[in-house]
Amino acid sequence: MIESVVFSLLNGVLYGMLLFMLASGLTLIFGMMGVLNFAHASFYMLGAYCAYSISQVLGFWGALVLAPIVVGLLGALTERVGLRNVHKHGHVAELLFTFGLVYVIDELVVLVWGQLPVNYRIPEALDFTLFSLYGSDFPAYRGFILFMAVAMFAAIYLLLVRTRVGMIIRASLSHPDMVGALGHNVPRIFTFVFAFGTGLAGLAGVMAGNYFITEPGMAFAMGPIVFVVVVFGGLGSLSGALVASLVIGLVTTFAVGMNYSIADMLASVGIAFGQDSVLGINLSRFGPMLPYLLMVLILIFRPRGLMGSRES
Amino acid sequence: MSTSNLPGGALLRHSAIWIAAIVVIIVMPYVFTSSSSISMMSQMGVFIVFALSYNMLLGEAGMLSFGHAVYFGLGGFLTLHAIRAVNDGAWSFPLELMPLVGGLGGLFFGVVFGTVSTRRAGVTFAMITLGIGAMVEASANMFTNFFGGESGISGNRVTDVTLLPFSYGPQVEVYYLIGAWTVVSALLMFLLTKTPLGRMANAVRDNPERAQFVGYNTTMARFIQFALSGLFAGIAGGLFAILFEIMTAPNVGLIQSGSVLLMTFIGGLGAFFGPIIGAVLVTYMHIALSGFSEGWILYFGLMFVLMVMYVPNGIAGVIVSHGPPLRAGLMHRFAVPYALAFVPALLTLAGLVAMIEMGYHLSLSYDPSRPIELFGMEITATSVVSWVVAVAAFGVGVMALRWAATRISLRWGEVNQAMDAQRAKQ
Repeated sequence: MIESVVFSLLNGVLYGMLLFMLASGLTLIFGMMGVLNFAHASFYMLGAYCAYSISQVLGFWGALVLAPIVVGLLGALTERVGLRNVHKHGHVAELLFTFGLVYVIDELVVLVWGQLPVNYRIPEALDFTLFSLYGSDFPAYRGFILFMAVAMFAAIYLLLVRTRVGMIIRASLSHPDMVGALGHNVPRIFTFVFAFGTGLAGLAGVMAGNYFITEPGMAFAMGPIVFVVVVFGGLGSLSGALVASLVIGLVTTFAVGMNYSIADMLASVGIAFGQDSVLGINLSRFGPMLPYLLMVLILIFRPRGLMGSRES
Repeated sequence: MSTSNLPGGALLRHSAIWIAAIVVIIVMPYVFTSSSSISMMSQMGVFIVFALSYNMLLGEAGMLSFGHAVYFGLGGFLTLHAIRAVNDGAWSFPLELMPLVGGLGGLFFGVVFGTVSTRRAGVTFAMITLGIGAMVEASANMFTNFFGGESGISGNRVTDVTLLPFSYGPQVEVYYLIGAWTVVSALLMFLLTKTPLGRMANAVRDNPERAQFVGYNTTMARFIQFALSGLFAGIAGGLFAILFEIMTAPNVGLIQSGSVLLMTFIGGLGAFFGPIIGAVLVTYMHIALSGFSEGWILYFGLMFVLMVMYVPNGIAGVIVSHGPPLRAGLMHRFAVPYALAFVPALLTLAGLVAMIEMGYHLSLSYDPSRPIELFGMEITATSVVSWVVAVAAFGVGVMALRWAATRISLRWGEVNQAMDAQRAKQ
């Protein structure tokens, strides 16, 4: 029992940190620009595929540096060519634009890399066992993912709060006209923020692509759940995204591990219940549904999320 | 302005359009007699109802929903379960009225989910609908009795209980059943836009603060609109279930919700007939293109993104905007700039299609060096020349299009001035 709890805890934290790497860019873009980027998970997938292609030539470490930059540049291009033109039609038009982008990017990935999964591997330097617990191994690459996620959180936080660039970025959200009047180029700041956010998604793709499988369905598998994390944590809040990622990661991981139903539990304390009723459904089947339930509930009762400062 | 105080001429014109639509629906199977085209037209009917019901939200009330397939799909599942019950002898209900089961189901779930989602507007509302859509799709794994698990639920639409002496086994009989329901539903939704409720929904969309100041309950207006939209989506789902005789979990899912959003937006939100154009066009493209190219989703996505950027009012918006120059007798002044834009548009499209098709051929085909047939030519995707030609056609086309676009917008300015002058004379 303890064994399964410890491993669920480790895996839940790991999944949560992966979610956070994706969610941080999304929440940053929303916080700074007010744009909910539907295509965020598609940029994450692009990151994984770019990392695969780059690692063929330069190896994993080259991909780790270059792939997020490539994805960030693609993000900048998207903002400059598309999003900026749509901006004048309002937030719903921006949402629709990024929604359409999902179809385009996901299909372009198939066009360039094909429909089958690509062989994007964990680097050999990190392919060893970090430690063993209860006879099960904990691979070093998982530790590396955890380390990168924590470093990412610290770096973004310091960038936004401690540097002059971060100050200008935060100011151009709340007072764009004043920042513009002070001589800063606000549209260029927005392009930079979008590039930075999509670059973070690309980094998440580099890290997750070889941990999971790099295939055309990976964006659709992550897309809705990242939205849940960002909405749950509070749109625009970095620490909220961190807490929400961990909560969602742990909740889903633990739910999947539960191989019994409410009826079983009631039976163990002496209350008999039919296995055919709703209570007889295995709890692990609730797992995929739980995050969305949490999201709907928080939107109803606390629309600004756990730590959000304002409603969207 | 409600229908009753329309001037006689306008009333006649309105009914003339509806009668023409009915005649077209009746005649179509005699024009396109193959079973595949009758099946396609039946699907168009289903999606016309679905897209119109979606436009009750997005177009009429400004509510962007990412989970409208929930009501469509649940309505379809309920209808199919009802048909199975009739076939099992457990219930007796005529097949012609079966979509009502779906409609009531859609209404029920619209009321349930509407109470929680319509208290918010804007992006929060969109997020709640996304959450509900994903939740219902994920719950299909839990309630396998209702959703039928991986394989879904299937049934046989031929029951012994019918009002009219048809079995609804043959495709064309189902087509006419769907046609009748499409006309009735579309007419009801059209009349709904003329009621105080429809007007209130417009007010809530355009300026919720003012609607509130005047004394309307904006939440209530959104809620009623949402629930009624669920009703019509459920009817569409019921028709879908009768047409295909199978429902699977993805029918309630996010992809289905996304496709109705695409249809409605491409057709145009501003005019009542917009979603009808969108449903017909997208269904046709879906069926025609998916046989022609691997990349039909990419073409859709590109079309949608470009429309969001440059034609935010959809096809219907373009049509409507030409009404005033047409009435003023100034349409001929667009002939030259439009003709000038047409050629580069074709060139751009040809270049783009060539690039996309060659790309798919390279990545998906077993033998990429085998030439592909495109525009009546044999093109080798592995040769550099084909790529240079395609990229050049695309690039030149885009530049010429931009030039033509400025010509068109200049001409629009002139025509608008001419129309103002005409008005001043009167």
